[in-house]
Amino acid sequence: MKNPKVYVDVIARFSADGELFPLEIIWEDGRRYAIDRITEIRRASSMKAGGTGIRYGCIINNHRTYVFFEEDRWFVERRHE
Amino acid sequence: MKVRTILHVDANSFYASVECLHRPEIRDKAVAVGGDASLRHGIILAKNQKAKAMGVKTGEALWQARQKCPDLVILTPNYPLYLRFSRILREIFYEYSDLVEPFGLDEAWIDVTGSTGLFGGGGIIAEELRKRIKKEVGITVSIGVANNKIFSKLGSDIKKPDAVTEITPSNYRQLVWPLPASDLLYVGPATGRKLHCYGINTIGDLAKADPAFLHRLLGKMGYVLHGFANGLDNSPVERLGEEAVIKSIGNGTTTPRDLVCDEDVRIVYWSLCESVASRLRQHGFLCRGVQICVRDNRLVSFERQTRLDRPTCVSCDIFDAAMVLFRKSYDWANPIRSIGVRAINLVGPHTAIQTSLFEDEERLSKREKLDIAVDDIRRRFGHFSIHRAVMLRDHALGGINPTEHTIHPVGYFKPSG
Repeated sequence: MKNPKVYVDVIARFSADGELFPLEIIWEDGRRYAIDRITEIRRASSMKAGGTGIRYGCIINNHRTYVFFEEDRWFVERRHE
Repeated sequence: MKVRTILHVDANSFYASVECLHRPEIRDKAVAVGGDASLRHGIILAKNQKAKAMGVKTGEALWQARQKCPDLVILTPNYPLYLRFSRILREIFYEYSDLVEPFGLDEAWIDVTGSTGLFGGGGIIAEELRKRIKKEVGITVSIGVANNKIFSKLGSDIKKPDAVTEITPSNYRQLVWPLPASDLLYVGPATGRKLHCYGINTIGDLAKADPAFLHRLLGKMGYVLHGFANGLDNSPVERLGEEAVIKSIGNGTTTPRDLVCDEDVRIVYWSLCESVASRLRQHGFLCRGVQICVRDNRLVSFERQTRLDRPTCVSCDIFDAAMVLFRKSYDWANPIRSIGVRAINLVGPHTAIQTSLFEDEERLSKREKLDIAVDDIRRRFGHFSIHRAVMLRDHALGGINPTEHTIHPVGYFKPSG
Protein backbone atom coordinates (compact mmCIF):
# COMPACT_ATOMS: atom_id res chain seq x y z
CA MET A 1 0.00 0.00 0.00
CA LYS A 2 1.24 3.45 -0.83
CA ASN A 3 1.94 5.89 1.98
CA PRO A 4 -1.36 7.59 2.80
CA LYS A 5 0.48 10.84 3.45
CA VAL A 6 1.59 12.64 0.31
CA TYR A 7 3.85 15.65 0.59
CA VAL A 8 3.18 17.94 -2.34
CA ASP A 9 4.53 21.08 -3.93
CA VAL A 10 2.19 23.99 -3.40
CA ILE A 11 1.97 27.41 -4.98
CA ALA A 12 0.74 29.75 -2.27
CA ARG A 13 -0.02 33.38 -1.67
CA PHE A 14 0.97 35.40 1.38
CA SER A 15 -1.46 38.22 1.97
CA ALA A 16 -0.24 41.59 3.14
CA ASP A 17 -1.66 40.70 6.57
CA GLY A 18 0.58 37.64 6.75
CA GLU A 19 -2.14 35.10 6.00
CA LEU A 20 -1.19 32.10 3.90
CA PHE A 21 -3.41 30.62 1.20
CA PRO A 22 -2.61 27.66 -1.05
CA LEU A 23 -3.52 28.36 -4.69
CA GLU A 24 -2.36 25.32 -6.58
CA ILE A 25 -1.21 21.81 -5.75
CA ILE A 26 1.35 19.94 -7.82
CA TRP A 27 0.82 16.19 -7.48
CA GLU A 28 3.59 13.56 -7.40
CA ASP A 29 3.25 12.93 -11.13
CA GLY A 30 3.47 16.62 -11.98
CA ARG A 31 -0.25 17.18 -12.58
CA ARG A 32 -1.38 20.57 -11.32
CA TYR A 33 -4.64 21.20 -9.52
CA ALA A 34 -5.92 24.73 -9.00
CA ILE A 35 -7.74 25.34 -5.71
CA ASP A 36 -11.05 26.95 -6.64
CA ARG A 37 -12.12 27.94 -3.16
CA ILE A 38 -10.99 27.64 0.46
CA THR A 39 -13.90 26.80 2.74
CA GLU A 40 -12.23 26.69 6.16
CA ILE A 41 -8.88 27.13 7.86
CA ARG A 42 -8.29 25.50 11.23
CA ARG A 43 -5.80 23.47 13.18
CA ALA A 44 -6.60 19.78 12.81
CA SER A 45 -5.04 16.36 12.82
CA SER A 46 -5.24 13.91 9.98
CA MET A 47 -5.80 10.42 11.29
CA LYS A 48 -5.87 9.13 7.72
CA ALA A 49 -2.47 10.44 6.67
CA GLY A 50 -0.96 10.62 10.13
CA GLY A 51 0.03 14.13 11.11
CA THR A 52 -1.23 17.45 12.34
CA GLY A 53 -1.13 20.99 11.06
CA ILE A 54 -3.20 23.86 9.74
CA ARG A 55 -5.94 22.28 7.69
CA TYR A 56 -7.31 24.07 4.63
CA GLY A 57 -10.67 22.79 3.44
CA CYS A 58 -10.50 23.22 -0.34
CA ILE A 59 -12.71 22.80 -3.36
CA ILE A 60 -10.80 21.44 -6.36
CA ASN A 61 -12.79 20.60 -9.53
CA ASN A 62 -15.97 20.47 -7.47
CA HIS A 63 -14.41 17.99 -5.02
CA ARG A 64 -13.96 18.74 -1.34
CA THR A 65 -10.50 17.95 -0.08
CA TYR A 66 -8.10 18.90 2.69
CA VAL A 67 -4.63 20.34 2.34
CA PHE A 68 -2.49 20.40 5.49
CA PHE A 69 0.28 22.85 6.28
CA GLU A 70 2.59 20.92 8.61
CA GLU A 71 5.24 23.20 10.09
CA ASP A 72 7.03 23.98 6.80
CA ARG A 73 5.60 21.44 4.36
CA TRP A 74 2.28 20.70 2.76
CA PHE A 75 0.62 17.30 2.64
CA VAL A 76 -2.63 15.79 1.41
CA GLU A 77 -4.37 12.53 2.25
CA ARG A 78 -4.07 9.93 -0.49
CA ARG A 79 -7.40 8.66 -1.75
CA HIS A 80 -7.86 4.90 -1.98
CA GLU A 81 -6.80 3.89 -5.45
CA MET B 1 -7.01 34.27 48.72
CA LYS B 2 -9.51 33.65 45.99
CA VAL B 3 -10.29 30.00 45.30
CA ARG B 4 -8.22 29.02 42.29
CA THR B 5 -9.14 26.83 39.34
CA ILE B 6 -6.18 24.81 38.17
CA LEU B 7 -6.01 22.29 35.37
CA HIS B 8 -3.34 19.65 35.03
CA VAL B 9 -3.14 18.30 31.51
CA ASP B 10 -1.31 15.03 30.94
CA ALA B 11 -0.80 13.83 27.37
CA ASN B 12 -1.46 10.07 27.50
CA SER B 13 1.50 7.91 26.50
CA PHE B 14 2.82 11.03 24.82
CA TYR B 15 5.73 9.73 22.74
CA ALA B 16 3.86 6.58 21.70
CA SER B 17 0.70 8.54 20.83
CA VAL B 18 2.60 10.96 18.62
CA GLU B 19 4.31 8.06 16.84
CA CYS B 20 1.00 6.24 16.36
CA LEU B 21 -0.60 9.36 14.93
CA HIS B 22 2.23 9.69 12.45
CA ARG B 23 2.28 6.04 11.42
CA PRO B 24 -1.21 4.78 10.68
CA GLU B 25 0.22 1.34 9.85
CA ILE B 26 1.21 0.64 13.48
CA ARG B 27 -1.82 2.16 15.16
CA ASP B 28 -3.48 -1.17 15.92
CA LYS B 29 -0.28 -2.78 17.21
CA ALA B 30 1.44 -2.74 20.57
CA VAL B 31 3.87 0.15 20.29
CA ALA B 32 6.61 1.42 22.57
CA VAL B 33 9.18 4.15 22.26
CA GLY B 34 12.53 3.13 23.68
CA GLY B 35 16.11 4.23 23.70
CA ASP B 36 18.76 2.86 21.42
CA ALA B 37 19.61 -0.63 22.64
CA SER B 38 23.06 -0.56 21.04
CA LEU B 39 23.97 2.54 23.07
CA ARG B 40 22.38 0.82 26.06
CA HIS B 41 19.73 3.48 26.35
CA GLY B 42 17.61 0.39 26.07
CA ILE B 43 14.60 1.15 28.22
CA ILE B 44 10.94 1.72 27.43
CA LEU B 45 10.18 5.45 27.56
CA ALA B 46 6.49 5.25 26.65
CA LYS B 47 4.00 2.68 25.45
CA ASN B 48 0.53 2.70 23.99
CA GLN B 49 -2.57 1.12 25.55
CA LYS B 50 -2.09 -2.18 23.67
CA ALA B 51 1.45 -2.57 24.96
CA LYS B 52 0.30 -1.60 28.43
CA ALA B 53 -2.34 -4.33 28.34
CA MET B 54 0.44 -6.83 27.58
CA GLY B 55 2.23 -5.76 30.74
CA VAL B 56 4.90 -3.56 29.17
CA LYS B 57 6.11 -1.04 31.73
CA THR B 58 7.84 2.31 31.37
CA GLY B 59 11.43 2.07 32.53
CA GLU B 60 11.96 -1.63 31.91
CA ALA B 61 14.60 -2.96 29.54
CA LEU B 62 13.70 -3.53 25.91
CA TRP B 63 14.43 -7.24 26.20
CA GLN B 64 12.06 -7.57 29.16
CA ALA B 65 9.33 -5.86 27.19
CA ARG B 66 9.92 -8.12 24.19
CA GLN B 67 9.61 -11.17 26.42
CA LYS B 68 6.14 -10.10 27.50
CA CYS B 69 5.13 -8.93 24.07
CA PRO B 70 7.10 -10.50 21.20
CA ASP B 71 5.26 -8.45 18.54
CA LEU B 72 6.02 -5.16 20.26
CA VAL B 73 6.92 -2.43 17.78
CA ILE B 74 9.80 -0.51 19.35
CA LEU B 75 10.64 2.89 17.89
CA THR B 76 13.61 5.08 18.68
CA PRO B 77 12.56 8.45 20.04
CA ASN B 78 12.16 11.41 17.70
CA TYR B 79 12.56 14.31 20.12
CA PRO B 80 12.20 17.16 17.60
CA LEU B 81 8.77 15.77 16.73
CA TYR B 82 7.74 15.51 20.41
CA LEU B 83 8.97 19.06 21.03
CA ARG B 84 6.81 20.25 18.17
CA PHE B 85 3.72 18.56 19.62
CA SER B 86 4.52 19.89 23.06
CA ARG B 87 4.66 23.39 21.59
CA ILE B 88 1.35 22.94 19.75
CA LEU B 89 -0.30 21.85 23.01
CA ARG B 90 1.10 24.88 24.77
CA GLU B 91 -0.19 27.20 22.07
CA ILE B 92 -3.68 25.83 22.68
CA PHE B 93 -3.29 26.27 26.47
CA TYR B 94 -2.32 29.90 25.98
CA GLU B 95 -5.71 30.54 24.41
CA TYR B 96 -7.22 29.98 27.85
CA SER B 97 -4.64 31.49 30.18
CA ASP B 98 -1.19 33.00 30.22
CA LEU B 99 -0.39 31.07 33.40
CA VAL B 100 0.94 27.86 31.91
CA GLU B 101 3.61 25.83 33.65
CA PRO B 102 4.95 22.92 31.62
CA PHE B 103 6.18 19.92 33.61
CA GLY B 104 8.30 17.99 31.18
CA LEU B 105 7.14 17.76 27.57
CA ASP B 106 3.85 16.00 28.18
CA GLU B 107 2.37 17.66 31.24
CA ALA B 108 1.37 21.18 32.17
CA TRP B 109 -0.54 23.10 34.79
CA ILE B 110 -2.84 25.87 33.66
CA ASP B 111 -4.27 28.39 36.10
CA VAL B 112 -7.61 29.39 34.58
CA THR B 113 -8.93 31.24 37.65
CA GLY B 114 -9.11 34.49 35.73
CA SER B 115 -10.64 32.94 32.62
CA THR B 116 -13.64 31.15 34.11
CA GLY B 117 -15.85 34.21 33.59
CA LEU B 118 -15.01 34.08 29.90
CA PHE B 119 -15.05 30.36 29.17
CA GLY B 120 -17.08 28.79 31.99
CA GLY B 121 -15.92 26.77 34.97
CA GLY B 122 -12.82 24.59 35.19
CA GLY B 123 -14.71 21.46 34.19
CA ILE B 124 -16.11 23.13 31.09
CA ILE B 125 -12.72 24.43 30.02
CA ALA B 126 -11.17 21.01 30.65
CA GLU B 127 -13.82 19.28 28.52
CA GLU B 128 -13.30 21.77 25.73
CA LEU B 129 -9.53 21.31 25.88
CA ARG B 130 -9.84 17.54 25.85
CA LYS B 131 -12.08 17.59 22.76
CA ARG B 132 -10.07 20.21 20.94
CA ILE B 133 -6.74 18.50 21.48
CA LYS B 134 -8.12 15.19 20.26
CA LYS B 135 -9.48 16.80 17.12
CA GLU B 136 -6.85 19.40 16.41
CA VAL B 137 -3.69 17.65 17.53
CA GLY B 138 -4.72 14.03 17.13
CA ILE B 139 -3.65 12.74 20.55
CA THR B 140 -5.56 12.28 23.79
CA VAL B 141 -5.07 13.96 27.14
CA SER B 142 -6.40 13.38 30.61
CA ILE B 143 -7.12 16.44 32.69
CA GLY B 144 -7.45 16.98 36.41
CA VAL B 145 -9.34 20.00 37.70
CA ALA B 146 -8.90 21.21 41.27
CA ASN B 147 -8.23 24.30 43.36
CA ASN B 148 -4.54 23.46 43.73
CA LYS B 149 -1.71 21.97 41.69
CA ILE B 150 -1.26 18.79 43.70
CA PHE B 151 -4.87 17.64 43.47
CA SER B 152 -5.16 18.59 39.82
CA LYS B 153 -2.11 16.43 39.07
CA LEU B 154 -3.59 13.52 40.97
CA GLY B 155 -6.87 14.12 39.15
CA SER B 156 -5.32 13.78 35.71
CA ASP B 157 -4.14 10.32 36.76
CA ILE B 158 -7.46 9.03 38.06
CA LYS B 159 -9.24 8.54 34.75
CA LYS B 160 -7.24 8.08 31.55
CA PRO B 161 -6.90 8.17 28.63
CA ASP B 162 -9.07 10.93 27.17
CA ALA B 163 -10.93 11.96 30.32
CA VAL B 164 -11.56 14.80 32.75
CA THR B 165 -11.66 14.37 36.53
CA GLU B 166 -12.79 17.18 38.80
CA ILE B 167 -11.61 17.11 42.38
CA THR B 168 -13.69 19.33 44.62
CA PRO B 169 -13.75 20.05 48.35
CA SER B 170 -16.74 17.72 48.56
CA ASN B 171 -15.31 14.71 46.71
CA TYR B 172 -11.58 14.70 47.40
CA ARG B 173 -11.97 12.35 50.35
CA GLN B 174 -13.54 9.74 48.07
CA LEU B 175 -11.30 10.32 45.06
CA VAL B 176 -7.89 11.24 46.44
CA TRP B 177 -7.65 9.67 49.85
CA PRO B 178 -7.81 6.01 48.73
CA LEU B 179 -4.83 6.55 46.38
CA PRO B 180 -1.46 5.17 47.51
CA ALA B 181 0.72 7.74 49.25
CA SER B 182 3.40 7.11 46.62
CA ASP B 183 1.18 8.84 44.03
CA LEU B 184 1.97 12.16 45.70
CA LEU B 185 4.82 14.23 44.35
CA TYR B 186 7.85 13.80 46.60
CA VAL B 187 6.83 10.47 48.04
CA GLY B 188 9.54 8.35 46.46
CA PRO B 189 10.44 4.76 47.33
CA ALA B 190 12.42 5.74 50.45
CA THR B 191 9.72 8.01 51.91
CA GLY B 192 7.09 5.45 50.92
CA ARG B 193 8.90 2.71 52.87
CA LYS B 194 9.24 4.93 55.93
CA LEU B 195 5.55 5.79 55.88
CA HIS B 196 4.61 2.16 55.32
CA CYS B 197 6.47 1.17 58.49
CA TYR B 198 4.01 3.32 60.43
CA GLY B 199 0.95 2.02 58.62
CA ILE B 200 0.62 5.06 56.39
CA ASN B 201 -0.18 3.64 52.98
CA THR B 202 -2.72 5.94 51.39
CA ILE B 203 -2.96 9.66 50.90
CA GLY B 204 -5.88 9.54 53.34
CA ASP B 205 -3.64 7.98 56.01
CA LEU B 206 -1.17 10.76 55.41
CA ALA B 207 -3.87 13.42 55.63
CA LYS B 208 -5.13 12.08 58.94
CA ALA B 209 -1.68 11.58 60.48
CA ASP B 210 -0.42 13.98 63.11
CA PRO B 211 1.65 16.64 61.33
CA ALA B 212 4.07 16.82 64.27
CA PHE B 213 4.66 13.08 63.94
CA LEU B 214 5.28 13.41 60.19
CA HIS B 215 7.70 16.21 60.95
CA ARG B 216 9.66 13.97 63.32
CA LEU B 217 9.68 11.22 60.69
CA LEU B 218 10.44 13.20 57.53
CA GLY B 219 11.71 16.60 58.61
CA LYS B 220 10.11 19.67 57.09
CA MET B 221 8.81 17.59 54.16
CA GLY B 222 6.50 16.02 56.74
CA TYR B 223 4.49 19.23 57.04
CA VAL B 224 4.55 19.72 53.28
CA LEU B 225 3.25 16.22 52.53
CA HIS B 226 0.58 16.51 55.21
CA GLY B 227 -0.54 19.71 53.51
CA PHE B 228 -0.47 18.10 50.07
CA ALA B 229 -2.63 15.22 51.26
CA ASN B 230 -5.22 17.69 52.56
CA GLY B 231 -5.20 19.76 49.40
CA LEU B 232 -3.38 22.58 51.13
CA ASP B 233 -1.00 23.59 48.41
CA ASN B 234 -0.77 27.22 47.46
CA SER B 235 2.23 26.98 45.16
CA PRO B 236 1.49 29.17 42.16
CA VAL B 237 1.36 28.06 38.54
CA GLU B 238 4.54 29.62 37.22
CA ARG B 239 4.53 31.46 33.95
CA LEU B 240 7.02 29.32 32.10
CA GLY B 241 7.51 28.91 28.43
CA GLU B 242 10.32 28.16 26.09
CA GLU B 243 11.81 31.46 27.17
CA ALA B 244 11.59 30.29 30.80
CA VAL B 245 13.97 31.89 33.19
CA ILE B 246 16.88 29.53 33.53
CA LYS B 247 17.06 28.28 37.11
CA SER B 248 19.71 25.65 36.70
CA ILE B 249 21.81 24.09 34.00
CA GLY B 250 22.38 20.38 34.03
CA ASN B 251 23.34 17.44 31.95
CA GLY B 252 23.07 13.73 32.45
CA THR B 253 23.59 10.59 30.50
CA THR B 254 22.90 6.90 30.51
CA THR B 255 26.38 5.56 29.92
CA PRO B 256 27.26 3.07 27.14
CA ARG B 257 28.22 0.56 29.82
CA ASP B 258 27.59 0.37 33.56
CA LEU B 259 30.05 2.35 35.65
CA VAL B 260 31.86 0.22 38.19
CA CYS B 261 34.53 2.40 39.82
CA ASP B 262 35.41 6.00 40.69
CA GLU B 263 37.63 6.19 37.63
CA ASP B 264 34.67 5.48 35.30
CA VAL B 265 32.65 8.16 37.08
CA ARG B 266 35.53 10.62 36.74
CA ILE B 267 35.58 10.19 32.97
CA VAL B 268 31.85 10.75 32.59
CA TYR B 269 31.72 13.63 35.06
CA TRP B 270 34.52 15.39 33.23
CA SER B 271 32.57 15.33 30.02
CA LEU B 272 29.30 16.36 31.71
CA CYS B 273 30.91 19.10 33.79
CA GLU B 274 32.64 20.54 30.76
CA SER B 275 29.34 20.83 28.93
CA VAL B 276 27.54 22.29 31.96
CA ALA B 277 30.31 24.85 32.53
CA SER B 278 30.35 25.71 28.87
CA ARG B 279 26.60 26.36 28.87
CA LEU B 280 26.94 28.46 32.03
CA ARG B 281 29.44 30.65 30.22
CA GLN B 282 27.30 30.75 27.11
CA HIS B 283 24.37 32.13 29.13
CA GLY B 284 26.58 34.35 31.28
CA PHE B 285 25.93 32.60 34.59
CA LEU B 286 27.96 31.55 37.57
CA CYS B 287 26.71 28.81 39.84
CA ARG B 288 26.86 28.80 43.62
CA GLY B 289 26.02 25.13 44.00
CA VAL B 290 26.40 21.77 42.36
CA GLN B 291 23.93 18.91 42.36
CA ILE B 292 24.57 15.37 41.24
CA CYS B 293 22.16 12.57 40.53
CA VAL B 294 23.07 8.92 40.34
CA ARG B 295 20.99 5.99 39.21
CA ASP B 296 22.24 2.44 39.66
CA ASN B 297 21.48 -0.55 37.46
CA ARG B 298 18.42 -1.34 39.55
CA LEU B 299 17.12 2.10 38.63
CA VAL B 300 17.36 3.27 42.24
CA SER B 301 18.43 6.88 42.16
CA PHE B 302 19.36 9.70 44.48
CA GLU B 303 20.38 13.35 44.31
CA ARG B 304 22.85 15.25 46.45
CA GLN B 305 23.81 18.88 46.39
CA THR B 306 26.46 21.11 47.83
CA ARG B 307 27.31 24.79 48.07
CA LEU B 308 30.43 26.19 46.49
CA ASP B 309 32.75 28.52 48.35
CA ARG B 310 32.65 30.95 45.49
CA PRO B 311 30.48 31.22 42.36
CA THR B 312 32.07 29.64 39.33
CA CYS B 313 31.64 28.77 35.69
CA VAL B 314 34.87 26.78 35.45
CA SER B 315 34.57 23.11 34.59
CA CYS B 316 37.18 21.83 37.04
CA ASP B 317 35.50 23.60 40.00
CA ILE B 318 32.20 21.95 39.13
CA PHE B 319 33.94 18.66 38.54
CA ASP B 320 35.77 18.76 41.88
CA ALA B 321 32.55 19.52 43.75
CA ALA B 322 30.69 16.76 41.89
CA MET B 323 33.39 14.18 42.65
CA VAL B 324 33.58 15.10 46.33
CA LEU B 325 29.79 14.78 46.57
CA PHE B 326 29.84 11.51 44.72
CA ARG B 327 32.59 9.93 46.85
CA LYS B 328 30.78 11.03 49.99
CA SER B 329 27.41 9.68 48.96
CA TYR B 330 27.93 6.48 47.00
CA ASP B 331 29.23 3.19 48.37
CA TRP B 332 29.21 1.19 45.11
CA ALA B 333 26.50 -1.16 46.31
CA ASN B 334 25.55 -1.56 42.64
CA PRO B 335 27.06 -0.56 39.31
CA ILE B 336 25.78 2.75 37.98
CA ARG B 337 23.48 3.08 34.99
CA SER B 338 23.26 6.82 34.59
CA ILE B 339 24.64 9.94 36.21
CA GLY B 340 24.04 13.65 35.92
CA VAL B 341 25.38 16.90 37.19
CA ARG B 342 23.64 20.23 37.55
CA ALA B 343 24.82 23.74 38.26
CA ILE B 344 22.33 25.31 40.70
CA ASN B 345 21.73 28.63 42.47
CA LEU B 346 22.76 30.59 39.42
CA VAL B 347 23.84 34.22 39.62
CA GLY B 348 24.63 36.76 36.94
CA PRO B 349 28.17 37.42 35.75
CA HIS B 350 28.40 40.76 37.52
CA THR B 351 27.96 39.37 40.99
CA ALA B 352 30.62 40.63 43.35
CA ILE B 353 32.89 37.78 44.35
CA GLN B 354 34.74 37.62 47.63
CA THR B 355 38.32 36.86 46.69
CA SER B 356 40.48 34.86 49.00
CA LEU B 357 43.86 35.66 50.48
CA PHE B 358 44.81 32.04 50.39
CA GLU B 359 44.10 31.26 46.77
CA ASP B 360 46.02 32.20 43.72
CA GLU B 361 43.55 34.49 41.95
CA GLU B 362 45.61 34.57 38.84
CA ARG B 363 45.54 30.81 38.56
CA LEU B 364 41.76 30.82 38.90
CA SER B 365 41.31 33.34 36.15
CA LYS B 366 43.71 31.38 33.94
CA ARG B 367 41.55 28.29 34.33
CA GLU B 368 38.54 30.21 33.15
CA LYS B 369 40.46 31.53 30.16
CA LEU B 370 41.57 28.00 29.36
CA ASP B 371 37.95 26.82 29.38
CA ILE B 372 36.94 29.67 27.10
CA ALA B 373 39.73 28.75 24.69
CA VAL B 374 38.50 25.15 24.63
CA ASP B 375 34.94 26.38 23.96
CA ASP B 376 36.23 28.28 20.97
CA ILE B 377 38.21 25.36 19.59
CA ARG B 378 35.17 23.10 19.91
CA ARG B 379 32.92 25.66 18.32
CA ARG B 380 35.22 25.83 15.31
CA PHE B 381 36.40 22.25 14.95
CA GLY B 382 33.76 20.12 16.67
CA HIS B 383 33.32 18.63 20.10
CA PHE B 384 35.87 15.84 19.73
CA SER B 385 38.64 18.07 18.39
CA ILE B 386 40.09 18.62 21.86
CA HIS B 387 39.94 16.38 24.88
CA ARG B 388 41.21 15.81 28.36
CA ALA B 389 43.65 12.94 28.49
CA VAL B 390 41.39 11.10 30.93
CA MET B 391 38.90 10.56 28.08
CA LEU B 392 41.40 8.26 26.39
CA ARG B 393 41.33 5.83 29.28
CA ASP B 394 38.04 4.36 28.13
CA HIS B 395 36.96 4.63 24.57
CA ALA B 396 33.23 4.10 25.16
CA LEU B 397 32.86 6.44 28.13
CA GLY B 398 35.19 9.08 26.72
CA GLY B 399 33.21 9.03 23.49
CA ILE B 400 30.02 10.43 25.01
CA ASN B 401 29.10 13.69 23.35
CA PRO B 402 27.40 15.65 26.13
CA THR B 403 26.23 18.39 23.80
CA GLU B 404 23.71 16.12 22.12
CA HIS B 405 20.12 16.85 22.94
CA THR B 406 18.80 15.71 26.31
CA ILE B 407 15.60 16.50 28.14
CA HIS B 408 15.47 17.22 31.85
CA PRO B 409 12.31 17.31 33.87
CA VAL B 410 12.29 20.24 36.23
CA GLY B 411 11.65 19.95 39.94
CA TYR B 412 8.36 20.96 41.51
CA PHE B 413 10.04 23.23 43.99
CA LYS B 414 11.98 25.86 42.16
CA PRO B 415 15.17 27.07 43.82
CA SER B 416 14.48 30.60 44.95
CA GLY B 417 18.03 31.89 44.65
